[in-house]
Amino acid sequence: MVRPLDRKLLRDLVRMKGQAAAISVVIGLGVMMQVMMGGLVNTLDETRATYYDRYRLADVFAPVVRAPNHVLARIAEIPGVASVEARVTGSALVDLEEDALPVRARVVSIPDTGVPRLNDFYLVQGRVPSPGRGDEIMLLNGFAKARDLVPGDRVDATMNGSKRLFRVVGLVESPEFLYTTAPGELVPDDARFAVIWMRRAALSAAYDMNGAFNEALVGLSRGGSADGVKAALDRLLDAYGAAGAYGLDMQMSNRFVSEEIKGLRVTSAVVPPIFLAVAAFLLYIVISRMVQAEREQIGLLKAFGYSSMEVGLHYLKFVVLIAILGAFLGAVGGIAAGRATAVFYQSYFKFPFLVFQLDKSSFVIGFLVSILAASGGSLFVLRGVFGLTPAVAMRPPAPADYSGTGQMPGWARRWLDQPSRMVLRRILRHPGRMAGSVIGIGAGMALSVTTLMMMAGFERAVDLTFDEIDRSDMSLTFVTPLAPGAVHALARQPGVQHVEPVRVVPAILRNGLNSYNGAVDGRVEWPRLNRVIGAGVQPIAMRREGIVLAEPLARILEVKVGDSLTIEVREGRRPVLEIPVIRIARTLLGAPAFMEIEALNRALKEPGRVSGAYMSIDGNQRDRLISAIKSMPSVAGVAQKEDARRALVELMNTGPGATRYIMTAVAAIIVFGIVYNAARIAMAERMRELASLRVMGFTRDEAGFVLLGELAIVTLAAIPFGLVWGYYMTFAMVAGFSTDIYQIPVVFSPQACGVAIIAVVVAALVSGWLVKRDMDRLDLVAALQTRE
Amino acid sequence: MDQKDKPITAFSVRGLTKTYGEGAAAVHALRGVDLDLPKGEFVVLLGPSGSGKSTLLNILGGLDRATSGTVRFEGQDLTKMSEAELTLYRRDHIGFVFQSYNLMPSLTALENVELVTEIADDPLDPAEALALVGLKERVQHFPAQLSGGEQQRVAIARAVAKRPTVLFCDEPTGALDSTTGRAVLQVLKDVNETLGATVLIVTHAAATAQMADRVLHFADGAIREEIVNATKLTPAEIEW
Ligand SMILES: Nc1ncnc2c1ncn2[C@@H]1O[C@H](COP(=O)(O)OP(=O)(O)OP(=O)(O)O)[C@@H](O)[C@H]1O
Ligand SMILES: [Mg+2]
Repeated sequence: MVRPLDRKLLRDLVRMKGQAAAISVVIGLGVMMQVMMGGLVNTLDETRATYYDRYRLADVFAPVVRAPNHVLARIAEIPGVASVEARVTGSALVDLEEDALPVRARVVSIPDTGVPRLNDFYLVQGRVPSPGRGDEIMLLNGFAKARDLVPGDRVDATMNGSKRLFRVVGLVESPEFLYTTAPGELVPDDARFAVIWMRRAALSAAYDMNGAFNEALVGLSRGGSADGVKAALDRLLDAYGAAGAYGLDMQMSNRFVSEEIKGLRVTSAVVPPIFLAVAAFLLYIVISRMVQAEREQIGLLKAFGYSSMEVGLHYLKFVVLIAILGAFLGAVGGIAAGRATAVFYQSYFKFPFLVFQLDKSSFVIGFLVSILAASGGSLFVLRGVFGLTPAVAMRPPAPADYSGTGQMPGWARRWLDQPSRMVLRRILRHPGRMAGSVIGIGAGMALSVTTLMMMAGFERAVDLTFDEIDRSDMSLTFVTPLAPGAVHALARQPGVQHVEPVRVVPAILRNGLNSYNGAVDGRVEWPRLNRVIGAGVQPIAMRREGIVLAEPLARILEVKVGDSLTIEVREGRRPVLEIPVIRIARTLLGAPAFMEIEALNRALKEPGRVSGAYMSIDGNQRDRLISAIKSMPSVAGVAQKEDARRALVELMNTGPGATRYIMTAVAAIIVFGIVYNAARIAMAERMRELASLRVMGFTRDEAGFVLLGELAIVTLAAIPFGLVWGYYMTFAMVAGFSTDIYQIPVVFSPQACGVAIIAVVVAALVSGWLVKRDMDRLDLVAALQTRE
Repeated sequence: MDQKDKPITAFSVRGLTKTYGEGAAAVHALRGVDLDLPKGEFVVLLGPSGSGKSTLLNILGGLDRATSGTVRFEGQDLTKMSEAELTLYRRDHIGFVFQSYNLMPSLTALENVELVTEIADDPLDPAEALALVGLKERVQHFPAQLSGGEQQRVAIARAVAKRPTVLFCDEPTGALDSTTGRAVLQVLKDVNETLGATVLIVTHAAATAQMADRVLHFADGAIREEIVNATKLTPAEIEW
């Protein structure tokens, strides 16, 4: 037999189904975020690891100028090396007729027969080039898709100075090229960088590498030390022009992917807990008021001789059931949403498959937090009720105390009609409850404000980067650093208005144990086309005596203005410089370091050299300029700002930033859930009073006014509170969303506030309407007949 | 069964006071009650509204605490009992019918009775208890589907079903017509006689006093007059 108390529990649940559902949804969404993000991050991590493992991605990469094949056997003998592969790689330009600008490409060899021992590829479409067919190539799938290329198409490519026609036979994905950018660019753009695979014999012929290789790939044995192997490789390959072996951790694609997943992990550590905390807080408030309304029944049960323990357990069961229901829905939703987002990110990260993985701790946290918040809310009230004797508990709470706070000032008595006075009295009489509602609605609103301000932050990041910092129209990279004459030559091209030279050299920046593998960007004293700006947006000048670091870089290296930095240049003579930090610059893209261009050149003992340039152009002459540049053999690549801008927006909308849309939607639902709950509870608490009003002859609308007037006042009071709270919460949220590639600024956005206010007001109107509808249907007799 | 001629005291009350609130706003609901109630008696408590009848019932029933004085039930002092002891006292000995019926709205009539029989040692069958108050046909109805009098009868069945040692009824017949009122009183009488329960009834209907063993007149928080009836009427004989 079902015990009568349990039956009461089930009936009460059914009776309060609307409210129980609203509560479950709120806490469920908090749990959903937690489970979704945890599952997403774990899935991406696991997928990446599995992908790397299955396609045998190398642990160490050792580029050289030219090493004879027999060296390979000696590499294999290095302790800790489990497998080796030699290959030939080179840079190339792909000429697509549809586009005036050639696309930069990397060419990679595959063995003449069979598959690579390391850095295998996944064939998406078509086939592998036939052995001995030097004109057959495979293309990176992402590039092919962006350019509408399919197996069977022909493309022109310039390799090592000579242009040839190739036939595309296959499209592939590779764990080595999940993220590809043209050298010197930061934001990936599938359309503007290609990877080409071809048989080694053909490639060796093109790059004059017969009997030799220019990159060794090494797989470590279990427990093998990457550092030891790198050092041994550098020693062994020194004679062949070693450029320095590097580990997977420094490999460009992997670093990007790792950073993005790390960014998502930070987001998942920071953002869902905020949602969960807000949801838990609401659960606490709602549950405590729900239990409060049961006060008389609690007293009655105790009068029968039920112990506090038994009564407490009964109500705990009740609220924990709601909490678990919510957490369960949230967990199920979170698994589904986690899978859906993982599928979304699968194409972003270009994984050929996904290994779904849940985050067990997120379930534990989600369920625990829900249950604790719910039981906390009920225990808090139960403790109070148990402190009362059953006789007192059974009385309707505090019916008499209209004296103190209920006293109306004279003006209120004069100007307010009776229903308005009832609204005001109730608010004055239950300041605690009202504060709870205000905080609850404010919290939901804060979530909306935060997510919306974050949206504004994303937009601001793009605007700052491309309107305030980069004011050029086009940037250009030379094949090798050139003499200053190159700049003058550019300035004479059609449509060019202004040219600003840059010298970028790859370098490792070090401060003690902190290091960053990046580049030093040499700029003219007062950059105008691509500016360096300070914490405001004021431009910063380059000075000869020191280096200017971007704020995120200063953070990574843990340096401040005045500290000295070690810079190991990875180009030319490879000097090691000791340079003081003179300014911290604000950047939203990447983590660059700036020096005055001539100071940099002098340190390299290469005066006057330029590796690229920013240009402002006359838009009408763009086509003429492009065809002119196309005929300049010294130009390795051209980037148009509009492409870069589009690519960044795309990155923000498809990368980790994409989750902001989900979060905004969830925040909106939570806001609605909260407001609806507040209205619902107010109605439950006043059922009898409202029924009495109706019986006394008040119209539906007058009775509704008494109920909804309160909701309106609480909502209005919550708005300023939610705005302030939301603004401060944005700082935490934005930190979670900023990645190594881009940073999101905190922007106080009046529009975001406006939208959030509208959202809350609409939620209040809809909730008010729903509750009013129920109230109009209220069975007056039933409401008055039974005493609860 | 108790011997009426050798009464054992159920309640022994001395100097009982109860004050609500403090200072100027203090309400002295009980101003020193002295009372001995023999076990197994049928007692009626009369008095004007606000005189403290419900307050006394609540304290005797272990629902509320006294401000001062002692209440002994079968030798134990209720005023010194812990919360847990009071709970056991209520569970094992007391049946309560409240002035406002206080049914659980989400439980049916039968389930409301089961709520109490569940934690009782040797209860009546809940359906039988409801049959006793003439509600056999309404066991599956919810309180909202019952009239005020029917709700009151469910409350009585609920109090009776646990076979209480003491049954407190706060105006059990206030909402009832004469026929049902008499039937309810007959039930209370039966409980008193067949189960040997001490029954204490608060009522405004002075005629009810005619069926009592003992009548207490209450005014201003104290007992003003105590009458032991030599002859008692049956409920059927009472003028309504
Ligand atoms: N919780 C309380 N707080 C303040 N005063 C109270 C409280 N409960 C009862 N009183 C006051 O104590 C006095 C006695 O109340 P009690 O309920 O015992 O009266 P009663 O004799 O049962 O009256 P009635 O016949 O109307 O039920 C009344 O004046 C009442 O206002
Ligand atoms: Mg009373």
